[in-house]
Amino acid sequence: MATSVLEHAPAIHQEKSGLWSWITTVDHKRIGILYGTTAFIFFLIGGIEALIMRLQLMRPDNHLVSAEAFNSLFTMHGTTMIFLGVMPLSAMFFNYFIPLHIGARDVAFPRLNAFSYWVFLLGGLFINFSFLLNAAPNAGWFGYANLTERTYSPGLNTDFWVLGLQILGIASMAAAINFFVTIVNLRAPGMKMLRMPMFVWMSFITQILLLLAFPVITVALVFLMMDRHFGSHFFLPEGGGDPVLWQHLFWIFGHPEVYILILPAFGIVSEVLPVFSRKPLFGYTAMVFSGAFIAFLGFGVWSHHMFATGMGPIADSFFAISTMLIAVPTGVKIFNWLGTIWGGSLQFKTPLYFALGMVAMFIIGGLSGVMHSSPPADLQQTDSYFVVAHFHYVLFGGSIFGLTAGAYYWFPKMFGRMLNETIGKAHFWLMLIGFNLTFFPMHFLGLNGMPRRVYTYAAGSNFEFWNRIETWGALLLAFSLLLFVYNVVSTMRKPKTAPADPWKGATLEWLIPSPPQEFNFADVPPVNSSTPAWDLRRAGGGQLPEPKRVSGAGIHLPSPSIWPVVTACGVLGVIGSILFTHMKGWFVITLCGAAVLLFGIYRWAFEPPFPEEH
Amino acid sequence: MSHASHAMDAPHGVREGSMHDMHPTTTGIPSRKVALWTLIGSECLFFASLISTYLVYKGKSLVGPLPHTESQCMLHGQMQACEPIIEIPLVTFGTAVLLFSSFFIVLALYGAQKGRRGMLIGWLGATVVAGLFFVGMQVYEFTHFFHKGMGYSTNLFSSSFFTLTGFHGSHVTAGVIWLSTLLVLAIRGKIPPGKSLNLEIAALYWHFVDVVWIVIFPVVYLMR
Repeated sequence: MATSVLEHAPAIHQEKSGLWSWITTVDHKRIGILYGTTAFIFFLIGGIEALIMRLQLMRPDNHLVSAEAFNSLFTMHGTTMIFLGVMPLSAMFFNYFIPLHIGARDVAFPRLNAFSYWVFLLGGLFINFSFLLNAAPNAGWFGYANLTERTYSPGLNTDFWVLGLQILGIASMAAAINFFVTIVNLRAPGMKMLRMPMFVWMSFITQILLLLAFPVITVALVFLMMDRHFGSHFFLPEGGGDPVLWQHLFWIFGHPEVYILILPAFGIVSEVLPVFSRKPLFGYTAMVFSGAFIAFLGFGVWSHHMFATGMGPIADSFFAISTMLIAVPTGVKIFNWLGTIWGGSLQFKTPLYFALGMVAMFIIGGLSGVMHSSPPADLQQTDSYFVVAHFHYVLFGGSIFGLTAGAYYWFPKMFGRMLNETIGKAHFWLMLIGFNLTFFPMHFLGLNGMPRRVYTYAAGSNFEFWNRIETWGALLLAFSLLLFVYNVVSTMRKPKTAPADPWKGATLEWLIPSPPQEFNFADVPPVNSSTPAWDLRRAGGGQLPEPKRVSGAGIHLPSPSIWPVVTACGVLGVIGSILFTHMKGWFVITLCGAAVLLFGIYRWAFEPPFPEEH
Repeated sequence: MSHASHAMDAPHGVREGSMHDMHPTTTGIPSRKVALWTLIGSECLFFASLISTYLVYKGKSLVGPLPHTESQCMLHGQMQACEPIIEIPLVTFGTAVLLFSSFFIVLALYGAQKGRRGMLIGWLGATVVAGLFFVGMQVYEFTHFFHKGMGYSTNLFSSSFFTLTGFHGSHVTAGVIWLSTLLVLAIRGKIPPGKSLNLEIAALYWHFVDVVWIVIFPVVYLMR
């Protein structure tokens, strides 16, 4: 790295601390840590919901929870894991590592980034607040019409779901615009599009999916809200409406959404495998274009979620073929990962374990996915535990294993401390075994006819054995996560001794101290390939000098701001006010929210984003 | 390379701030402009979903009123024949005004870029007035429909019509608020040529809102 000579200048960038500095922060690294911490807590809540369901299903005719509570549990488990767990855990890595990977000081719009986080937090709290009112959403994470209409869901449950998703959608949209612009516009000199780290590429494609998929669910949720609160009949047959329209709108969003959940994990694994194989990524360009092709096809397959609605042979054939086609670019990715580790000098560290686990588990989930693409097979499998097995293999076996690989890989960079390797490997093996014990038997149960979303089953229906195994597997899985928590907590008590580049990484973040300084890069070295850190290491005869901490005097960083938080509260006020439409004068709350929103936007717009020049 | 300013002068220097658009970006296009184009791309899907729903439900209403044909309506508690509800001449005029406002804002932007303040203020003012006229026309149209017995939940046509045109109208309203703010700034002399990007971005948004109406107008008002 070009030596920076700022070391002797007066230190002006001191680490700020205290609650207020976190509330007003616009630093992408701090926001990343906020995203990660919040999302992990929501992830644990979603996990507890899953464990209660597993305990309920452990034996036949069980009455640990009621049927009503079970409905809320599976609805909130799905909603939480997707919108409050996996998506924001990916957002943690987008926040922390996209600017570092492309050699930027921050994201394109630092305050908008803070706004995204606060809206996400408020949206997550809003949905979960429903538990306190005993009105947790209970119509499934897919909210099929007309179950969600007033007639069948009279309480506030579905309202919390509709409005909460609307709030979370705003957070996702703002973040997607921000990261899209950041990747397009803030790359270091020499960082051409086809030199970007694969994680940045997959993140870039994810942002495009978010931008194009979220408006559709926004519209669907608006229609549903209007049906529930303002008397329209968009999804009500008695007024001429068509409940299947909900399914179309939902899955036009919902299928791209599953790629939104998996592509960041693909990106992480594509970073980890080359570094721990000591080989460049095999077929870089093919990886980029297969990712883009997956995203493109992702908008043309939504109705494979709807074969059971009876769309007719032409639509069924079209969506079956387009779905099968997705196996091609996905297969390209899997073979390229295998090509990357083939003949490599494998470094058996925890991140590699999780990355390999992800590839193996995702293959299983991918194969059962191809089975669903055939309508006659799907008609047998739909609404059975076979489908539950499939999507947990891609979302847990794929996304969560990939994200965990990223957590072990980047923890030293984020916190300056190495996670314990022994505990890490124990975490991996227990999680792998627990995961397979929980979810593999669901294939058998599904094919044997056990339906999804039932709160119990009769004794003697041949479901007892595998259900018992699954619950023990789930407990093992939970224990492995506790090991991870223990690993993180005990590591955080140790001094920050991690070197800048513990893994001999290929990308720019390994050239700066761990954790990075507030301004990221004092100087950015020239980028001449997709592995700039390896270029420098090679030029240095296999060695990289340990970068020093510098004062960073003269580097202008964006000022902290409170207005993103205020604006986020306005968003909550406006959307949350719809909960009160049954009261007189409810719109006063909407107007108050709108006032806060406008006030926040105006103060934000007229606040100088950088400190005034001296 | 021996002092602190080095980090700033480096080509990758301070480019990250949204307000620092004068600094070079990778594409050479200011970040805020890319952001607005990104928003437009996303909004296309938003309006496409609303327009598709309108089309899917066209002709599926169980009772009147209907846009282009006579139908049976529930009025004063009994079914009776009612006229087609849409008033094409009024909306055609509003459409024309909205389209002209796109022309006005181009002239305002030209004035801003050339530092011709009178031109900037005059044409920006004209844009705001045109936008207000369009919103006023829509308020009048909605009220008129209410009086003729078509509320939000009367039938599928009314729900999908009010949702589609209502969301477009709220986009116009947001644009009017944005442009009015810029008008105040222009009057105070705070939009010099160096800051004309502030207006250019608002103008991009305004053109987009117009373009969406170019799709909505034939689909809703002209197509039978």
